[in-house]
Amino acid sequence: MAETKEQFEPKIIGFLCNWCTGAASDLAGTTRAQYPPNVHPIRVMCSGTVDPVYMIKALLSGADSVMMGGCHPGDCHYVSGNYKARRRVAMLKQIFKSLGLDDNRVWARWISASEGPEFAKFMNQITEETRKQGPSSMANDWAI
Amino acid sequence: MTKSVTLSVKDGKIREAVNSFLKELFNKKTIDAMLVPLAHPAGTNVVQALVTKAVFVDKADVFAPVMPVNSARLIQSITRLTTVDRKTAVVLRPCEMRALIELAKLKQVQLDKLVLIGIDCPGAYAVNNYPKFAAEKKSDDFVKAGFQWAEDTMLRTGCQICEYPYPLTADITIGMLGLDPSKQILIQANSAQGEEILSKAGMSLEIDSDLAQKRQTAITKFAGEIKERRKEFFEKTKQEIGGIEKLSKVFAQCIKCQNCRQACPVCYCRECFFISPTFELDADRYLRQAEKKGALRMPSDTLLFHLTRMNHMGNSCVGCGACEEACPNDIPLLKIFQLAGSEVQELFSYVPGRSLEESLPATAFKDKEFEQIGEK
Repeated sequence: MAETKEQFEPKIIGFLCNWCTGAASDLAGTTRAQYPPNVHPIRVMCSGTVDPVYMIKALLSGADSVMMGGCHPGDCHYVSGNYKARRRVAMLKQIFKSLGLDDNRVWARWISASEGPEFAKFMNQITEETRKQGPSSMANDWAI
Repeated sequence: MTKSVTLSVKDGKIREAVNSFLKELFNKKTIDAMLVPLAHPAGTNVVQALVTKAVFVDKADVFAPVMPVNSARLIQSITRLTTVDRKTAVVLRPCEMRALIELAKLKQVQLDKLVLIGIDCPGAYAVNNYPKFAAEKKSDDFVKAGFQWAEDTMLRTGCQICEYPYPLTADITIGMLGLDPSKQILIQANSAQGEEILSKAGMSLEIDSDLAQKRQTAITKFAGEIKERRKEFFEKTKQEIGGIEKLSKVFAQCIKCQNCRQACPVCYCRECFFISPTFELDADRYLRQAEKKGALRMPSDTLLFHLTRMNHMGNSCVGCGACEEACPNDIPLLKIFQLAGSEVQELFSYVPGRSLEESLPATAFKDKEFEQIGEK
């Protein structure tokens, strides 16, 4: 049976950089901030290492949304990785838009290591927004 | 300011006039070799050949409406690890030239031993359609019929919506746009090297000739028209392929042979990510993937392959249509890649192959840009 929107629990894949957003998730945990468990984190050393292929792969194999978490622009541990990541996300979103795919399922956030509450807030936001969008049609197509 | 020579065409024999010009470059020893399309003895194709003896230039047929491969990749081979001090002239269509510049930015070719000769391109037919044309007509007939990108429906899709049928970065341009090529052709020098070679070949260059200005006017007029035509074309394409359902339908016939990638002039990786160990999965991984949806299409990751290629190469897509030509199942790849490619290029105000100075969008960044991405 298809899930109704009320029952629907979105599955979200998050690529979190080791130095900022990943550390913020740690802080959110140690300070016991409450947030939904829908984002499955994948720790990467830098948002600049994430090839769009991994984000697309997640969306085509079951994820309802995908997010990239990095340091604030200008604060990258490796100087410019997040600037490059930002361009890649911009490209990915544009290509999705051009092809009529749902680019609102691609997210990015810059959250620093000290912003635990921000991280928890964003986890709430992305989960609720994705829940509103409902299950992704790309995620459930076997024939692609 | 333009510097050019007018080449007069005797008895409407365009091919002969162009060939004698090219041969002169050899005879005056301005170059040592030339990569140029020669008519295949079979009469059913015109293929690029690396020529070292001037006599072979008689077989050249640079305006024949067929482009079996995008030659930018061939130049990757002929400039690899080059140490010898020999100049090779390469006669290229505008899309090949643009792909070459992209490859130079990717450090896949060396331009310093090359002389770039570009042509105003009247378009090409699919390799499969060329024998039909060649049985009845000659390239001169094709050129005399004029530039008919919008009318000639047998032209490849890429040619019908080509934005730049004139070279953007050549040393020497063989120009015809806006002219009557059965009478005159314009040979224009666009760089110091181009000027040097033309004067060495005994040609005296004219500054801002009437013919050069006439061609420039035609280019400006064309540039305005093509924008509208492309806009219309992309709107139509969005209706045809937009959304996951339609996209899935388009790629239903994909067998993931990856010929499109092989034929693409700008897809340059020695080993593609998609044939790397990342995609050599264990049996267990396949089963787990299948379990997620209950069924897994095999070969797997068809759409992922195309979407990833768009992300990796979209910025450099010159719209040559080699991908579509190479597809054994006639998937309309060109329109899909040009749609996504041109819109992503617009995002960065980037024109692939316009200039060596422009850095590839994926390798550069600005402090203040795309500020809506990543912010609350």
